[in-house]
Amino acid sequence: MTDATATTAASGTLLRVAGITKVFGTLKANDAVDLDVAPGEIHALLGENGAGKSTLVKMLFGSLQPDAGTIFWKEEPVAVANPMQARALGIGMVFQHFSLFDALTTAENIALSLDEATALSTIAERAKALGDAYGLPLDPNAVVGDLSVGERQRIEIIRCLLQKPELIILDEPTSVLTPQEAEKLFVTLDQLRGEGKSILYISHRLEEVQRICDRATVLRHGKVVAHCTPANETPASLASMMVGADVAAVQRTGAGSTGEPLLEIVDLVRHAASPFAVPLSGVSLTVRAGEVIGIAGVAGNGQGELFEALSGEVLQTTPGQVRLRGKDSGRLGISQRRRAGAAFVPEERLGHGAAPGMKLSENLLLSRHRTDGKAFLGPLGVIRSGAIARSTKRIVSDMDVRKSAEDPEAAALSGGNLQKFIIGRELDRKPAIMVVNQPTWGVDAGAAAHIRQALIELARSGSAVLVISQDLDELFEISDSIAVMHNGHLSAPVPIADATYEKIGLLMGGAEPGHAARDMEVQA
Amino acid sequence: MDIAQNVILTIMTAATPLLIAAIGELVVERSGVLNLGVEGMMVIGAVCGFAAAMITGSPWMGVVGGIVAGALLSLLFGFLTLSLATNQVATGLSLTLLGIGVSGLIGESFVGKAGIRLPSLNIPGLTEIPLVGKLLFGQDPIFYLSILLTAGTTWFLFRTRAGLTLRSIGDNHKSAHALGIPVIGYRYLAVMFGGGCAGLAGAHLSLVYTPQWVENMTAGRGWIALALVVFGSWRPWRVLAGAYLFGAVTIGQLHAQALGFGIPSQLLSSLPYLATIVVLVLISRDRRLTIINTPASLGQPFVPDR
Repeated sequence: MTDATATTAASGTLLRVAGITKVFGTLKANDAVDLDVAPGEIHALLGENGAGKSTLVKMLFGSLQPDAGTIFWKEEPVAVANPMQARALGIGMVFQHFSLFDALTTAENIALSLDEATALSTIAERAKALGDAYGLPLDPNAVVGDLSVGERQRIEIIRCLLQKPELIILDEPTSVLTPQEAEKLFVTLDQLRGEGKSILYISHRLEEVQRICDRATVLRHGKVVAHCTPANETPASLASMMVGADVAAVQRTGAGSTGEPLLEIVDLVRHAASPFAVPLSGVSLTVRAGEVIGIAGVAGNGQGELFEALSGEVLQTTPGQVRLRGKDSGRLGISQRRRAGAAFVPEERLGHGAAPGMKLSENLLLSRHRTDGKAFLGPLGVIRSGAIARSTKRIVSDMDVRKSAEDPEAAALSGGNLQKFIIGRELDRKPAIMVVNQPTWGVDAGAAAHIRQALIELARSGSAVLVISQDLDELFEISDSIAVMHNGHLSAPVPIADATYEKIGLLMGGAEPGHAARDMEVQA
Repeated sequence: MDIAQNVILTIMTAATPLLIAAIGELVVERSGVLNLGVEGMMVIGAVCGFAAAMITGSPWMGVVGGIVAGALLSLLFGFLTLSLATNQVATGLSLTLLGIGVSGLIGESFVGKAGIRLPSLNIPGLTEIPLVGKLLFGQDPIFYLSILLTAGTTWFLFRTRAGLTLRSIGDNHKSAHALGIPVIGYRYLAVMFGGGCAGLAGAHLSLVYTPQWVENMTAGRGWIALALVVFGSWRPWRVLAGAYLFGAVTIGQLHAQALGFGIPSQLLSSLPYLATIVVLVLISRDRRLTIINTPASLGQPFVPDR
């Protein structure tokens, strides 16, 4: 699997990492990692969430210090003490969770990462010129908080390019883009490679790695499991390297039968609660018993606002906009909506879906004491610990939650296991309506498959399931139809049989359904 | 007409300590740190300024003493909240209690002694100009400093790179750290600037406003300064407007009490607070601007990854 080393020996390496180890407490986040990047190549760093990719690049960029091992830059050993030093060497980084400042303008954001003192107006001009050269248009005077995720990523890339790096690290760049925006990014990356720059491309999306990357290094549990050439592999072989086992495919059992409508959203309108929030304009959708409806969309197009309106975290002022099992529920609180048979799983699992410092059993009680008070509370509200412990145990075994202690604190679980517990906690109530925001974000492939299967089975048992997700693959895997959220509007649901990545991608980019066909012709 | 000039003069003198303390706290909060110890640093500045002036015989040494004392106390706050990452609210509150207690101890032997007043500016020919002479050319040096401080802070925050960096830390300290900005270092400097300003504001009280030492003589002005920063949406000129408004209503209601309109004095005494809050709430109605100016990481402890 080390078939690509011959080419690098000929051209010399730009970056070489030997035996890098980083330990957090008892966890070896990186265990003797080796990696080399040649000039003018796009090198993929593949791995599941938690495999140690981010830890590794943070050390390359100087945000973290390795406990052992050496970084060689142009064959010279270097110690990267901080990001400024990394930039001075010629290493630039585009972060996954953008390191931009919402309250500042584009030009100010760029100025902050340039080490020399340059006048803001000069920076604005240079950024604009560079943006035009690489097909990344931007407005220097816009406040970043107002911009879309795609626009923010452009700023990050321009900011990185202005430092004239020789190696650019991109951390999961396409996870926030529409398929069309991703296409444009690939063109830019190709142009950069043509100019002799090297790119370290972090991703868990196998298809794009195969498409644009010259070589790949695969990490699993902090260790390098393979160096390979993606073009010589299949998605299945790459996936099994990443996961270490074959991932069970999700079984879509039978087509969604259309029962009675359980969740109805009728012309839901919400004004923006803050300058950076998205107003909802006339969102309508019906979810029937037995079906899974997916809501696709790039982050920050109103999905969070819609979820809040459905879960009751924000109440509607106009009656009739949210109906649960035929009853107007727009002005009911969270607990009342839960009592009406609905269940909600928010996007943020620590701090929103679960209280980090409390035990799993306590988290179970917190979410259910208002709906299942009879089962969990005795007279005078005394907690029946036995009943709660039994329920916790049942959920843990049903969802295969892996934990280190009998009843650990929520924060002690890995992201995937906590998410399985939170989903399981809601499934345990056998809800008639289930609304989930980003069910498998940051969850490893095995756990994700488990969660998706559970959602499909819930729908097949006669519940209405609404899944909001930015992961198109996931939506295509489980949904019976997919609606797209863009800028606070929700498109009509597209039945899965008619849905293609292209069609959904255009809707995510804001094309009207009627115009989609025409746009495709223009692109072709 | 000289009465009008004298009234305005008293208003400005009353507003100056509020303005200085608030500008200092504004810079601290722009860096993302919430120091609720302004009252404590002010009262320490007042007593140390007074003591330094009495011991050396020079009111100027008093000014220096006040600034140094305030900055030193803020350094303690900085060490606790920045290096040890303690809770900023609790630490700030204890700093106020500490300041009030220690100032009483230091000031015990100075109670009832006549102080030394910092001389006001006097430019022959200019200071005597009717109506505006005293306002423009006859005030105490700290007043002129306070105006320079407001202008200088505005320029620093919005026109210099270091100011931009400071604002970026207040907006998102994790991103700032990822860019390689020394978050803790900047915050130490900001906290000490705030402490120095609070100390100077205290020294103004004991060297200009009422040149003497009375225990707890700041009488809640530190808290007003804190409120001015928030209601002034973290913008220096708005804070100045708020401070002068507060000064004006304070002096105005004193005159009203003297004239005796039959309005309960308690109601009149509460007017400055009410008026300042109402007016500043009205000017910060634009929620968009307020949110953009609010330091998003305010009060959150920062612990970098290692």
